Amino acid sequence: MLVHSKTGRWAAWGLFGLLFLPLFALPLLVVVTASFSTHWSGAFPSGPTTGNYASAVRGESLQALTTSLVTALVASLLALTVGTWAALAAARLKRRGKRSLDALFMLPVAVPSVVVGLAVLVAFSKPPVLLNGTSSIVVLAHTILVTAFAHQSVSAAIVRLDPAYEQAAASLGARPAYVLWRVKLPLLLPSLTAAAGLCFALSMGELSATMMLYPPDWMPLPVRIFTATDRGSLFGGSAVAVVLMTATLLVLLAVSRIRTRATYR
Amino acid sequence: MSGIRFEGVSVEYGGNTVLDRLDLTVEPGEVMALLGPSGSGKTTALRAVAGFVRPAAGRVLIGGRDVTALPPHKRGIGMVVQQYALFPHMRVEDNVAFGLKAQKAPKAEMAGRVAEALEMTGMAAYAKRHPRELSGGQQQRVAIARALAIRPGVLLLDEPLSALDAQLRSGMLAELARLHRELPDVSILYVTHDQVEALTLADRIAVMDRARLQDCGTPQELYRAPRTEFTASFVGNANLLPVTVAEAGALFAGRALELDRGRAVPGAHATLCVRPHLLGLGAGPNALSGTITEVQWRGSTHRLYVDVEGHRIKADLPELRETPALGDHVTLHFEPRDAVLLAAGVSDG
Repeated sequence: MLVHSKTGRWAAWGLFGLLFLPLFALPLLVVVTASFSTHWSGAFPSGPTTGNYASAVRGESLQALTTSLVTALVASLLALTVGTWAALAAARLKRRGKRSLDALFMLPVAVPSVVVGLAVLVAFSKPPVLLNGTSSIVVLAHTILVTAFAHQSVSAAIVRLDPAYEQAAASLGARPAYVLWRVKLPLLLPSLTAAAGLCFALSMGELSATMMLYPPDWMPLPVRIFTATDRGSLFGGSAVAVVLMTATLLVLLAVSRIRTRATYR
Repeated sequence: MSGIRFEGVSVEYGGNTVLDRLDLTVEPGEVMALLGPSGSGKTTALRAVAGFVRPAAGRVLIGGRDVTALPPHKRGIGMVVQQYALFPHMRVEDNVAFGLKAQKAPKAEMAGRVAEALEMTGMAAYAKRHPRELSGGQQQRVAIARALAIRPGVLLLDEPLSALDAQLRSGMLAELARLHRELPDVSILYVTHDQVEALTLADRIAVMDRARLQDCGTPQELYRAPRTEFTASFVGNANLLPVTVAEAGALFAGRALELDRGRAVPGAHATLCVRPHLLGLGAGPNALSGTITEVQWRGSTHRLYVDVEGHRIKADLPELRETPALGDHVTLHFEPRDAVLLAAGVSDG
């Protein structure tokens, strides 16, 4: 805590509460409340029920949850592999090459995701690579969107990695591949799991590109929430949203447990 | 038996020459210290042997084999660096076994060689610990054990004691000397900026400054008869006095000094090198009188800075009963055989 005086500290906490509560906590609280209601006409909701959840965890909603989990898992693993590979390769490049590679990987972040979705749709709607209407096109779009984050966080970790480890390993007679598997990747593991968590969370919540691409048999959960609320089923949609939120948080919690066990320093 | 040989090795970084045509041979079983201030090129020379920098010119040979174009992992070296670089995710025994596993040593041998290396460095009791659970000195021992486990022909030590405190350092210095006695075939290249380490441990010292080799010889040679001003001041912190060579001795600030002129030509400008601890207080041969400008008490000695005709002379004297005061007029003297005449430009210690 940088603020030393007691009044200052209280003021800081007050400001934090003033900004945090309405901006972050309240909207989430509203969704949770709505998910347990049947009506909300006045200031407070009415008709408490758990019925929304009964339908949110079975049938099409359950299928959408599985779809989201599978998509996010595959996309983040692919993104992590590609992003790490590129980051390791970029570290060996000269400054200019590294900068252009970094810029290339940041492109999907700079471009609006709707545009990325449209681009993927147009590119893969005709042979030779016809992916339109398959689940692969959704996974592909998610991979493209989250690879940037994987690449960036792994790049940052590689820069911080002391080259002395790699050199010590090489001086002991270890081939570069052996150094990568036994020294570099284990030392990067905390950053890799952090990047995986970030990719997973982003993919779980992706809507705009997915909207343009999803086939009828591969509808991820955010799309389901959107269509439910679009039809006016606000409370059912809220329940599905809470399920999405909980599932994502549970996975992130699991990933963070791996991270703490893999932190050496 | 394998030594190290530098043949005209130059290294450049972005247009700067950081190592300039180094020619140096480390004999098999010899401890060679590369001594110099930071930026002198000594670490670059070591890294050229390890394979982490590629020479712009010249060749590096290990055991008579040209390794200039070989990647580090094919060079058969052991290396220990200042910050240890132990793998934090491995236990001590796995750190020591790393090189053996990487080189696919027979499983049957592995345990024995790991135990042997840990025994040699006195770390056998810590085999199951992680590096973060060890002190700095213990980590350094593990780093040495790790380098020795692969039984390298040459051992590269890059400022291995710099991160340790003074007391540990002198202990580790004795340990390194003992290890070298136990491994008489291993050539050691020891990079340091600390003259005490170099004088204590090395069979020969190569003095480096500004990317170049300045001087090379046994510690005694460099200390008693330095060949350059840089060596004289860097090793042993000598007084360097500008003198003019005379028929019988030399002239310093108008005073005649009696000394062994050697081969110096009378009339030539030269530098006289006198070690601070070889100066005595009071009248005697080669007396120099001046005013005290600074007094430092160093426990067993007093260091006096005396201004003689505008030249600052350092003298280390056995602790004086009465501490001299600033501004006191004193006379220092030295024996003719304790001074070395260097052919060089004028410089003031």
